[in-house]
Amino acid sequence: MPAQRWRNLLVQALIAAGLLALLWWLLDATAANMRERGIRSGFDFLLEPAGFGIGESLLPFDSGDSALWALAAGLANTLRVALPAILISTLLGTLVGLGRLSPNLLLRKLCAAYVEALRNVPLLLQLLAWYFIVTDLLPAASKALQLAPHVFLSKSGLSVPWLGGDGGLIDLPQRGAMNISGGAAMTPEYLALLLGLSLYTAAFVAETVRAGIAAVPRGQSEAALALGLTRLQNFRLVLLPQALRGIIPPLTNQHLSLTKNASLAVAIGYPELVSVANTTLNQTGRAAECITLIMAVYLILSLLTAWLSAWLERRNGRWADHS
Amino acid sequence: MRLPIITLTLLLLAHAPAHAGKTLDQVRQRAQLTCGVSTGVIGFSAADSQGHWNGMDVDICRAIAAAVLNDAAKVKYVPLNAQQRFTALQSGEIDLLSRNTTWTLTRDASLGLHFTAVTYYDGQGFLVQKKLKISSAKQLKNAEICVQSGTTTEKNLGDWFKAQGIKVKPVVFEKFEASIKAFFSGRCQAYTTDASALAFIRSKEAPNPDDYVVLPELISKEPLGPVVRRGDDEWFAIVKWVIFALIEAEEYGITQANLERMKASPDPAIQRLLGGAEDSGKLLGLERDWAARAVKAVGNYGEIFQRNVGSASPLKLPRGANALWNKGGLLYAPPVR
Amino acid sequence: MTQHRPLRDWLRRNLFSDAFSAATTVALVVAALCWLPDLIDWLLLQAVFRADAVACQAANHAGACWGVVAEKYRIILFGRYPHQEQWRPLLATVLLLVVIVASGRGLLPLRAMLLAWAVTLPVFFILMGGDRFGLQPVGSDQWGGFPLTLLLATLGMLLAFPLAILVALGRFSSLPLLRGLCRSYVELVRGVPLISVLFLASFLFPLLLPPGISIDVLLRVLFGIVLFAAAYLSETIRGGLLAIPAGQHDAAAALGLGRWQAMRWIILPQALRAVVPSMMNSAVSIFKDTSLVTIVSLYELTGSLSLALAGDPEWRSFHLEGYLFIALIYWIGCHAMSRFSRGFEHAAH
Repeated sequence: MPAQRWRNLLVQALIAAGLLALLWWLLDATAANMRERGIRSGFDFLLEPAGFGIGESLLPFDSGDSALWALAAGLANTLRVALPAILISTLLGTLVGLGRLSPNLLLRKLCAAYVEALRNVPLLLQLLAWYFIVTDLLPAASKALQLAPHVFLSKSGLSVPWLGGDGGLIDLPQRGAMNISGGAAMTPEYLALLLGLSLYTAAFVAETVRAGIAAVPRGQSEAALALGLTRLQNFRLVLLPQALRGIIPPLTNQHLSLTKNASLAVAIGYPELVSVANTTLNQTGRAAECITLIMAVYLILSLLTAWLSAWLERRNGRWADHS
Repeated sequence: MRLPIITLTLLLLAHAPAHAGKTLDQVRQRAQLTCGVSTGVIGFSAADSQGHWNGMDVDICRAIAAAVLNDAAKVKYVPLNAQQRFTALQSGEIDLLSRNTTWTLTRDASLGLHFTAVTYYDGQGFLVQKKLKISSAKQLKNAEICVQSGTTTEKNLGDWFKAQGIKVKPVVFEKFEASIKAFFSGRCQAYTTDASALAFIRSKEAPNPDDYVVLPELISKEPLGPVVRRGDDEWFAIVKWVIFALIEAEEYGITQANLERMKASPDPAIQRLLGGAEDSGKLLGLERDWAARAVKAVGNYGEIFQRNVGSASPLKLPRGANALWNKGGLLYAPPVR
Repeated sequence: MTQHRPLRDWLRRNLFSDAFSAATTVALVVAALCWLPDLIDWLLLQAVFRADAVACQAANHAGACWGVVAEKYRIILFGRYPHQEQWRPLLATVLLLVVIVASGRGLLPLRAMLLAWAVTLPVFFILMGGDRFGLQPVGSDQWGGFPLTLLLATLGMLLAFPLAILVALGRFSSLPLLRGLCRSYVELVRGVPLISVLFLASFLFPLLLPPGISIDVLLRVLFGIVLFAAAYLSETIRGGLLAIPAGQHDAAAALGLGRWQAMRWIILPQALRAVVPSMMNSAVSIFKDTSLVTIVSLYELTGSLSLALAGDPEWRSFHLEGYLFIALIYWIGCHAMSRFSRGFEHAAH
């Protein structure tokens, strides 16, 4: 149908032209608005000194460093909380998901209650509550609990010995005049965020795991048990490989939302990417640039994850076929 | 195919550059001044439980509404957080930003804004727990300091401690309430913000005010004042001169109460200010009695200060740098003549 | 002769089926015996229910201070809305809730339902905003608390739905460009956190508009929520469309229906029906996500709680009770929605 084809092409060309016109108009209008109002724009601010401090940072950061480095430190902080949270939520979620399939009624109900309670309350609210609990219950820094030699827990967070420091190989936390100094500190903001993200996401992971295992036909288990496999063997050799195929794609999504949800740290004062970008936005007034940067970084993270999970799925598919 | 054409025309129309000097016309046309204020800083701009706005920054809005529209109540208050405030002004969502905003070079020169005049000279200070027995900010080595995001405060903190060669750990919160809550729960050893707010925070927000002290150092200059958009000189002049008129009214002793009597004063300067002998309003595009209206609505600068942050308010701040120039302060208005 | 012992059988089956199960049961019961008394003590027995800050301080966190809810419930539920006018948001909220529940439970025929919505939404806005029928005007900056949460969630869902259908259909278009566009939109939005979309709506939209034109921040934020929700919803609907067996397409074609006619009358209705439970999941997410607007300074339920408590040193230390109170509200809302979706699933099978 050549006529149809030409029509399709024409329609698409019109759509493309319309879209380009709209985009051009939006960009041009914004640029004109900004020019007319005398607003500076551009990404030059990234190389200028940030001027503000970051309370805790994986990367060494000083207020004289560039804004770009501040954002990098923010991104590192995002990953610093997201990666452990992914690990914890996956482990805990798997346990809870298995618990929901347990023959034990109490365990089943307990796990179901956990999922119901955490899934149905906004994460932001949970984070605020965890932060309140952490800062309210722990003793002040001057009266820090000493859990082990050089391990302190207080409102200033959990301080543990770490490599490096001013003099020598190992940096030991010490009681200072005001608080604990030295070593590596996990601040209450970090602890609350880690706890909140892990527990919330675990509820979703549990559902994913339960659904994945429930989707494996019953006959598979029955056959395996009839063949004389133990329950553990049945689970490891029969159920798990089949269930994983249904679990991994939604699980990747959960991990991705966890990383995105880490941006809620802005409410409890943990300096991750969005929080640092927000501060930069304030200091420089470059709203468009800072928001674009946040979105671009997250998009790249998402695309990377999607690519990684597709690769895993392919590999897993091969592996499952072989076994 | 008419719709796309209409849309395109509309877009092109919308795209036409704005004319300078139209803020005054717009304000008159909608008979309302849109004023950007804070989401709640007691003494400067805060809404009570009835939704009525009070504070120094709010009174500036009211004075301008009185001068322009002859009705101090014709103000729409738009509460803005620190991040929203500049875009709200840039985009024309508000006519005037009166929200304890510090005048700095970057903001004045790169955001498409003009600071009009200083309405409050502030400085950044520290509030600390008394039991730490600290008497100077220089002793805050390694301290955790709670601070609200989106202000010049964060940057001053970085600058000052860098200059002193002291390392501190800022704990940055998005919201004022969150930062206060964290400080009083003992999360930080110190809290930093403008000194005017510190006094209030200590007296009203602390569970027990005696457990906290304000340190003597002020680590920055924080001249606060209303901001307008660039490219509208007429409006810029109006906002500036209404503020000057309020200051000048205090200088000449014109108050809300004695305004009518003062109109009969033989002093030519008072006559000029209140629109008796000369029509100073014409130069600004306003009515003759613009300044008199403003003073009638909110009182002179001194009255605004006393009512909102001074001795007649819960904050009880001293005039300090905010006294008139001839009384040892910094307030100096160019003459209305 | 074997005796029939239902209780023993039940216990054995559910609690002591094997050694591991038995150990779990014992461990859980012991844990419950250790923790439950303390919990009940805190929640009820030692709790202070009066709005009495002194009594709450005296309880010293050994018991919960529910008095904080008794004292502050009006600010928590209605935010900054003028005190003597709060019957208006209350009435508006109840009306909207009634319509939502009636629609959800299918109590009304379709036409009556549409009519009810068409009447309720304007009434909601008039009640909230006033300035008509002798009601005192109340600016949208003073709206807050639960009505705002409900409004954002409801309108977010209602407006995202048609957009999501269009985008989902667009992904089945014969035009590669349209398919690509719809896909890019979905991937773009799903790749970024909601907070960045809200920042965009709050800080950036004003700059896109020509000078002098401004849109209320509430509408901008709503627009952001709609854009965000539509992307997720369209994925759900696309899943439903994919699940329709090819036979349905063929049958429709055999009946002489065109491609879009078949979509409109045969495929889409089936697909939408099939994905009602997943759409309810999206609705639950939107409802929870409205809590994020507090970060861009709209005082919905979460924001109005901190408005109520953070600025009051007498009550500030009882935040946890406040969090639990609004968590209960959110929980009831979300739970009701997922119950509805499960009910629908059962009815469909």
